[in-house]
Amino acid sequence: MILEENEMKIEALEQELLTLNPTDEAYEEKKKELKQLKLDTYSNLTPWDRVCIARSDKRIKARTLISHLFTEFYELHGDQYYADDAAIISGLGYLGDIPVTVLAQAKGSDTAEKIKRNFGMTSPEGFRKTLRLAKEAEKFHRPIICIVDTSGAYPGKGAEERGQARAIAENLMEFSKLKTPVISIVLSEGGSGGALALTVSDYIYMFENAVYSVLSPEGFSSILFKGAIKPEEAVNYMKMTSHDLKNYGIVDEIIKEPLGGLRYVSLEYASNLKEILIKKVEELSSTDETTLLENRYQKYRCIGQ
Amino acid sequence: MSNSFDKRKEELREFNSALENLQVRKPEIQSKPIDIPEGFLVVCPHCGKTLVSEEYTSALYVCPSCGHHARLHAKERLREVMDEGYEVLFTDMEEKHLDFPDYQNKLAKAKEASGDDESIICVDGKINGIKALVGVMDSYFMMGSMGSICGERVALLAEKALKEHKPLILFTCSGGARMQEGVISLFQMAKTSEAIGRLKDKELYISVLTDPTTGGVSASFASLADITLAEPKALIGFAGKRVIEQTIKETLPKDFQSAEFLLNKGYVDSIVERKDMKKTLSLLLKLHNYR
Repeated sequence: MILEENEMKIEALEQELLTLNPTDEAYEEKKKELKQLKLDTYSNLTPWDRVCIARSDKRIKARTLISHLFTEFYELHGDQYYADDAAIISGLGYLGDIPVTVLAQAKGSDTAEKIKRNFGMTSPEGFRKTLRLAKEAEKFHRPIICIVDTSGAYPGKGAEERGQARAIAENLMEFSKLKTPVISIVLSEGGSGGALALTVSDYIYMFENAVYSVLSPEGFSSILFKGAIKPEEAVNYMKMTSHDLKNYGIVDEIIKEPLGGLRYVSLEYASNLKEILIKKVEELSSTDETTLLENRYQKYRCIGQ
Repeated sequence: MSNSFDKRKEELREFNSALENLQVRKPEIQSKPIDIPEGFLVVCPHCGKTLVSEEYTSALYVCPSCGHHARLHAKERLREVMDEGYEVLFTDMEEKHLDFPDYQNKLAKAKEASGDDESIICVDGKINGIKALVGVMDSYFMMGSMGSICGERVALLAEKALKEHKPLILFTCSGGARMQEGVISLFQMAKTSEAIGRLKDKELYISVLTDPTTGGVSASFASLADITLAEPKALIGFAGKRVIEQTIKETLPKDFQSAEFLLNKGYVDSIVERKDMKKTLSLLLKLHNYR
């Protein structure tokens, strides 16, 4: 709640700053005040704050991240069996001068896009689309970059009829065997099996304010606490922040975000991020296939031991 | 006045003592007709018909009246399919990830309720004389939920099958990932699936989906078999029926997510009644040249 109030104050201050002349005395004062408020607001975030930041409409979505990281991105549609799931954006592009395959879970930015993309909830066709394109990437030994952002796989009638469970399971199994480097970037929300289906990879990045969990805080509070405590409190038991996942050894590296969360991508930020990714892709691409696959296997084999 | 009270009291005393005598004699009169030992009769949980316990047990908890397949304890399942003399595997595993409030207490209760040490029991044995590695989940153990030990056992069993060139059979029943272990339980889906992936390159894997197989277990090893069997009427699916109804704002058909529904949708290979399970499995193993 404090986060919400402070964010409103921050917005008001930002608006106020726009009306002031930079030469005014008040300008510098307000600027200082804004900086301090931002620092106070964002340096001690609770897990629930992070859930709110991760879900925020203002946070960038996969489409924006793709446009900043990859050049000449060419989208490819459809699972070649049934339909094209717009909750997944997939295609080919360049990371620096390396051709890569991009598989991304996409939520919309505005209402129309949200509806088109089914609020980022992947259907079986979406998972099958990622799998067929992953296989295509494997054929050319092209690295794969997965971007994870979903509240979960779509719980719909048709999704069940067309084998949602098997679509997820097959991704888990097949991605563990892909003979090409795979990197996952958890952008915002990592919800349950739907997110996991794009998180079987050689190296997992997670944005600082992203969250990852076995089910939503709302589900957690109603199932495990029978509603006795609110989702805001339930998250404290869920260990779902990037730091928690790093501690578990599941996430390999946390990507720092600008103060206030990832609401826009500056040129400098994008180029740093690109740099990091290129290095990792080059490292993984030079690893011999047997080692790559064995390391990937062991990465997941160890979890929970 | 007091006389009549005393008289009344005397009459009452006589009546009460006569009644006591009567109560003492009562069992003697009625003992024979109601001499049914405790637990002699049970009631089918589906149709409510009264059944003779011994017959119900020897029919592997399938109701002779309505054909309902009741949920089985792991040990009963093993009695159903395994030859005598199997070995229970991976029994000395340390419990971890126990931080969640009341989790240890829940585990202790589950152990008592199921008689098992976890939601899956793995064995090395024979089915009609054919060697096989078999894992059996128990819905009486925290709804068969998959935590770190369950995931580890499935992975170990798959790796053992690969190493020893044996077929793998898993009987699944689960509400999904074990929420108390949080994200660790979620990643057991990845762990079990990759182990199954390696096994499937070389050996046969059969899964038998029993009531209920849902959530993280259906979305991992349960759905990755070469041959997928199911028990009649078993509930099989990914999302819960209520969640789907709330999402799509429609009432779902009654048979939605039933084994029969999924056979129709092409999700399972065959529905096998409990009485035929052992011979079906041994036939399939034989057809794959296992002996």
